[in-house]
Amino acid sequence: MILIHCPYCDEKRPEIEFAYAGQAHIARPVDPDSYSDEEWERFLFIRANPRGRHHERWRHSHGCGRFFNAVRDTVTDKFETTYKAGEPRK
Amino acid sequence: MSGYRLPAGGRVDRNKPVSFTFDGKSYQGLAGDTLASALLANGISLFGRSFKYHRPRGVLAAGSEEPNALVSVLRGPGRFTPNLRATNVEIHDGLTATSQNRWPSLKTDFGAINDRLGMFFPAGFYNKTFMWPRSFWDRLYEPAIRKMAGLGDAPTEVDPDTYAATYAHCDLLIVGAGPAGLDAALEASGTGKRVILIDEQDEVGGGALADPALWAWLERSVKALNAAANVTILSRTTAFGYYHNNFIGAVQRLTDHLPENSQAPREKLWRIRAGEVLLAQGAIERPLVFDGNDTPGVMLSSAARIFANRYGVAVGKSLALMAVHDSGWHDVFALKKAGVGIAAIIDARDDIDEALQAEAAALGIAVHLSHSVIGVKGRHQVAAIEMCANGSDVRRTISCDALLMAGGWTPSVHLWSHSKGSLKWRDDLGAYVPDQPNENCRSIGACSGDWDFGKGAVFDVLPTPKDQARIKAFVDFQNDVTANDINLAVREGFRSIEHIKRYTTNGMATDQGKTSNLNGLQIASTALAKAVPDIGLTTFRPPYTPQTFGALAGHAKGALFQATRTTNIDGWAEENGAIFELVAQWRRARYFPKFGEDMHAAVNRECRAVRGSVGIFDASTLGKIEVVGPDAAEFLNRMYTNPWKALEPGRCRYGLLLKEDGFITDDGVSARLAPDRFHLTTTTGGAARVLNMMEDYLQTEWPDLNVWLTSTTEQYAVVALQGPNARKLLEPLVEGIDLSAEEFPHMAIREGHICGIPTRLFRVSFTGELGFEINVPTAYGRALWERLMADGAEYGITPYGTETMHVLRAEKGFIIVGQDTDGTVTPYDAGLDWAVGKKKPDFVGRRSLARPDIVAAGRRQLVGLLTEDSKMVLEEGAQIVADTNQPVPMTMIGHVTSSYWSETLGRSIAMALVANGHAMKGETIYVPMPEGTHKAVISSMVFYDQEGARLHV
Ligand SMILES: [Zn+2]
Repeated sequence: MILIHCPYCDEKRPEIEFAYAGQAHIARPVDPDSYSDEEWERFLFIRANPRGRHHERWRHSHGCGRFFNAVRDTVTDKFETTYKAGEPRK
Repeated sequence: MSGYRLPAGGRVDRNKPVSFTFDGKSYQGLAGDTLASALLANGISLFGRSFKYHRPRGVLAAGSEEPNALVSVLRGPGRFTPNLRATNVEIHDGLTATSQNRWPSLKTDFGAINDRLGMFFPAGFYNKTFMWPRSFWDRLYEPAIRKMAGLGDAPTEVDPDTYAATYAHCDLLIVGAGPAGLDAALEASGTGKRVILIDEQDEVGGGALADPALWAWLERSVKALNAAANVTILSRTTAFGYYHNNFIGAVQRLTDHLPENSQAPREKLWRIRAGEVLLAQGAIERPLVFDGNDTPGVMLSSAARIFANRYGVAVGKSLALMAVHDSGWHDVFALKKAGVGIAAIIDARDDIDEALQAEAAALGIAVHLSHSVIGVKGRHQVAAIEMCANGSDVRRTISCDALLMAGGWTPSVHLWSHSKGSLKWRDDLGAYVPDQPNENCRSIGACSGDWDFGKGAVFDVLPTPKDQARIKAFVDFQNDVTANDINLAVREGFRSIEHIKRYTTNGMATDQGKTSNLNGLQIASTALAKAVPDIGLTTFRPPYTPQTFGALAGHAKGALFQATRTTNIDGWAEENGAIFELVAQWRRARYFPKFGEDMHAAVNRECRAVRGSVGIFDASTLGKIEVVGPDAAEFLNRMYTNPWKALEPGRCRYGLLLKEDGFITDDGVSARLAPDRFHLTTTTGGAARVLNMMEDYLQTEWPDLNVWLTSTTEQYAVVALQGPNARKLLEPLVEGIDLSAEEFPHMAIREGHICGIPTRLFRVSFTGELGFEINVPTAYGRALWERLMADGAEYGITPYGTETMHVLRAEKGFIIVGQDTDGTVTPYDAGLDWAVGKKKPDFVGRRSLARPDIVAAGRRQLVGLLTEDSKMVLEEGAQIVADTNQPVPMTMIGHVTSSYWSETLGRSIAMALVANGHAMKGETIYVPMPEGTHKAVISSMVFYDQEGARLHV
């Protein structure tokens, strides 16, 4: 069972306290109507599937409840870092 | 074989005889014996039959790597454990053990015919033979294979034992309490670190237990560790898996070794998080591969030494050694000194240490260098061995009753590999050893390849003048894989060791190849003419040894398997005969049968009561979210399809929630209590999901909005009072709220008191009748319910359950998200256009409603169905076709989502998703069901009171 560092609680906690929430840094457009069908499709459905570093969102569901971002290696399953939502991509 | 108890020696208690049975026959052993050592001491050599060929098998090893001597132990009704290694079963008075894989008896086994037919059962036999014809599989092949195959018998009764579980945290976890592990623990005991030392055996010491010279040291060490407050020793505990971030799973066996079944937990699952892990699991001796190497009495050299030194048991009267490693010589010297007869040392190597040869000579042991064993005489036990000088055909027979194999050592890298540590190949050991760690972990002692057993050579198969294709030289004893099987796999084109493993099943038995993986690799390496590191190594996976389901399940069984949520009113429902159903994790009353009614009769009566007078329903499970803050209305406006900003405090609105893809995900009636405060309701199953989704948008997309979300689902008990007499019943009980139609219209909320209890009183209806949903603090739910039941008696108040709720809402065409929608239904598909704010610039899912596939024609749309035969209730989920004359498979244009008998209407009603359904009102469609095809007409979804006159009273 992985330990995940919650950047809000500033603690490493077992993964059962957390929920995965998909790829990170995909902002909802401010004006969705300005998106073409193709752009909207990319926003809705198209996600990266890297071998290695992956930017993803997690939620400390059974802790502080905050969503945050993480960089996890999809091969080793190791977390490189976690950081608060809104902070620049690491 | 003719094993016997040595007159002295061993760690068994010679003053404590123990009685047990094996295959129904009584035997005596000594306290401290395993089942294997006790049976060997009784002269037993035949322990079981092999898996595929049913060949007679004895004991190969002395520890948990044992592949052959698998037994079943019965500890009373329901307490049956198959596939235990006799070398790990501690005997106690009354132990009842039986052998496996034999019928009718161990000595006479019909399945052994497989062995005679061995040439017809090569690698991949099942894959090749039972492919066709397909019809033979069910009738012939599978029943026959099932009868013959299978390892042991599965228990048939419920396990009455209990199992415990715990978490533990430590700075240093040491796995394996042999000399290396004990030394490490002693060193750490002085540091103040929290140390846990785990060992799978009943006694710590590992290899030292078979070396009397170390016993004094062992005793001192264990005493010192027991005295150290920071050290916890867990014996009879198997670390079975090594997971991320130094998380180790271990099972401690607590009661199986005790004579009486106790009420104490049988086993305990330890989940250990360690700062550092030291692996000191030791090494496992490798068998040698030659014709007849599976005959009972052929065993690992180290095992014979352990049986003699630890248990005081000689495995035979005259032992021969077949060695390619010095360690075997040391074993034989120790055995000879313990009084065991040694027939000969045979070593396949030419060049042996002078000192070893001198010691053999001094002990009077005959030595044959550059010789190999090429055959074994005896079926149920070794009677003699045949040997031959390497490279010649000069054969010679040596009488003996046991043959020891010293094939070298394989470091136990199982847990290291679980942790994803890398391995490197060492040619000198002919083995993989730990290389780079992936966790904060070190491997020490023999499991790191660091040992003082001497030198050895690596042989894949021992040299033999016999026809290689006709010999039975076993590699994997448990799965009956021979060297020939591996060679055949290579000949048939398999190149990767992972493929060879799966094709031959080498290493895939319950022992996971502890004694076979390396020999299999060597043989494949020779056959492929490739170095071992170039063909790789198969993956090790948890568990290290098989563990019980009981230990892994722990408390999570029966009622504790999953939490059941109950409302404050649940007890009343139970006392009043409710039949329950689980909705999400909630236990909800489905209906309240009276006087032996079936569900149909009860639901009809409940429906009549609601439409005719008043019904009462426990709606407490509705999800509730309190949305508070200056931007609350703006937030809801962005989340839901409907407009919220203009909603007056004191009024309610039906809210429809989409996912960003435009499909309906939840709905519910919500109320505005104040400009900055809303009381949201969600579906029973959707509460957590909706809160998560709202938090997501609030925290990450619109963090500028000043809004707080709080789950209040369990803060309120909700009693729905529905029916034309609902107001009359409620009025005398309510304070501070004017219930008149003018002051308190449909879709309104008021705060006040009921029976003195503070309430949020909703005037809402999911039935189409005049209705109220009374929210009170949860603890008052049942009190309020009982008061309403008492006061409602004059109106014939009737409690109803979820089934009636479903029928009543369907009569009104109200959808249930998740039943009438399936994650592909848009508001338009569901006929809920009216709930979409056309003037809103944005809301979650809005842009998707303009996606090409969403606006395309032919989408499945929600409609009503009226069957031609009004008594016919369609099956929910039944498919719909337009034309029954088309050839099979027909084009399916939709399916039934909801279907009920409507007592109110005296006929069946249904809802369905039908392609272009909205434009098909009045058209006939067909619903094929198992007993025949039914005709139905597409109708409006609102079957009752279309103008809503009953609501607005
Ligand atoms: Zn947190």
